[in-house]
Amino acid sequence: MALLEVRGLVKRFPVKTDFLGRTASFVSAVDRIDFDLHEGETLGVVGESGCGKSTTARLLMHLIAPTAGTIRFEGRTVGTPGLTWKAFLRQVQMVFQDSYASLNPRLTVSESIAFGPTAHDVSRREAEARAHSLLARVGLEPARFAGRFPHELSGGQRQRVNIARALAMQPRVLILDEAVSALDKSIEAQVLNLLLDLKDEFRLTYLFISHDLDVVRFMASRVLVMYLGRVAEIGPTEALYTGSRHPYTTALLGSLLSMDPDRRTSASPISGDPPNPINPPAGCRFHTRCPYAEVVCSAQVPALAPVASGHSAACVMSQPGSGHSRAAGKAA
Amino acid sequence: MSDVLDIRGLRVTFTGGARPVRAVDGVDLAIARGEVVALLGESGSGKSVTLRSILRLHPPRKSRIEGSIRVGGTDVLALQGQALADFRGKGASMIFQEPMLALDPVYTVGEQIVEAMLRHEPMPRADARKRALTWFEHVRIPSPERRLDVYPHEMSGGMRQRAMIALALACQPELLLADEPTTALDATVQVQILLLLRELQRELGLSMLFVTHDIGVAVEVADRIAVMYAGRIVEIGAVREVIRKPRHPYTQGLLSTRGHGGRLQGRRLPAIAGSPPDLAHLPPGCAFAPRCRLAADACRESAVGAVEVGADHLVRCLRTDETATT
Repeated sequence: MALLEVRGLVKRFPVKTDFLGRTASFVSAVDRIDFDLHEGETLGVVGESGCGKSTTARLLMHLIAPTAGTIRFEGRTVGTPGLTWKAFLRQVQMVFQDSYASLNPRLTVSESIAFGPTAHDVSRREAEARAHSLLARVGLEPARFAGRFPHELSGGQRQRVNIARALAMQPRVLILDEAVSALDKSIEAQVLNLLLDLKDEFRLTYLFISHDLDVVRFMASRVLVMYLGRVAEIGPTEALYTGSRHPYTTALLGSLLSMDPDRRTSASPISGDPPNPINPPAGCRFHTRCPYAEVVCSAQVPALAPVASGHSAACVMSQPGSGHSRAAGKAA
Repeated sequence: MSDVLDIRGLRVTFTGGARPVRAVDGVDLAIARGEVVALLGESGSGKSVTLRSILRLHPPRKSRIEGSIRVGGTDVLALQGQALADFRGKGASMIFQEPMLALDPVYTVGEQIVEAMLRHEPMPRADARKRALTWFEHVRIPSPERRLDVYPHEMSGGMRQRAMIALALACQPELLLADEPTTALDATVQVQILLLLRELQRELGLSMLFVTHDIGVAVEVADRIAVMYAGRIVEIGAVREVIRKPRHPYTQGLLSTRGHGGRLQGRRLPAIAGSPPDLAHLPPGCAFAPRCRLAADACRESAVGAVEVGADHLVRCLRTDETATT
């Protein structure tokens, strides 16, 4: 059984209202996604802006309410008497991209870290002790840093504080939403190493959201690729990076820069920008940019179907009998 | 004297805060006609400050610029009033990171390009519009005629950046400056813009100074790479030299943290320890010394001069004997 199971998760945001104040159109930021998070793994989530990766994280943290769908944690549905949101959120914590905006500017570093535990009925003294030991653990000497305010720290130091604060709740799952994206490369490597150490030490499970495919390949054991609110592909990291089965994943990986002056990119894998999510294309949402698109692609929404062990793709090309010329003729 | 850009001993100090901050500390840089140089560095390294100095974008009352900047023979630091306004856009123009902020939201993109051209060259409005249309075709905006009449917010991010490039090129500047032009874009769009810039550069023989924090981007566009750290260029050379045979410990550190693919999975990244120095309290010697695995006493004592380690490959480091790659 997966630690965390997400089923049919939907989030629609109203974007326009008519003159009577009724909602006239929606953005389906997340549109019926299913995935599992297994204990001890790092699941990377990649995709371009507007693909719904951050919305998914916010839904998991209950920062926004889902339109539909369920989240189960250890088999129990979150938000029911069996497992309340408060009890669930003790086990799941999040680190955001903007290290400054996510800290209260009026609280010292140790107050910020101790805040969560105190709110969850840990005594003030114990929460403070926990804050100090976590500061030491993330590489910030408590004697020097505990009394400082966020503006007195560098971006890398603040992100270490945010990680310590997330860990103060002694969670089992950490959601890292672009947690290293705002950091300089030399600092990013330090924080990634820290995250790996902490994962081993506290036996954590990571949901690692990033736009940086290089970093995800390094960190994640499995990868989930999202496009316009849907899951395009999910599978073991190396299988997906070396044998992607969804043309969007292939295009995304094809846009990775080589770092080799003799192998500069000579052609763009796909053209155009991601379409407006307010009026997403019918059928497969990628068909407007897909080099292999055929009639069938705009006619039906491709299901996320297994293509290999633990590897699924939502593309009719890997679905026998789908009617796409590149798919096998008959269902096996 | 065929260099389009010639920067000598550039020092930029910001005096607005409690202590003066030396953001750029002695930069020498020349760009030949038709050459693309990438200025690579992390935040606070002085790369954008150097770039902005070329257009004199720093508030004069809160900053001090020393040294010399010449663009095609014009002494940029001597320009005043009208002459400075003439220089911006015609002598050098800039592609900004965020086109949404750089473009005026209340005018159509077409109007903005026409306006810029008329500012530098008197011509009938209709002719200017025709030229703007040609630029839109150059930057490969689909249905260019219609797109001239849309407002910036009606365009997608990639399209806006193309319009920004058209605007920057419209007055045919001698030098094109680009400040992280693809950083705000998605990966699949970034590639398209990089390819466009490279094609335009080749077609039009553009001279470019390209600021980026991303080594991958620098490799895609540049002929030469200059690596900045704490306000100084610590290494400069041809792209192949700098990427294949980096000789400054900082460049080596930066390169070693990138592009490992799956090879390092489950292991730890080779990270550079520590963090960049406070520009208001720079050490007397090499600014990288506190983080450097090779630092010796001499490195900490006094400023380090540039050493030539290969053809046109300069490194500001005293320990280059130790940094040779085998």
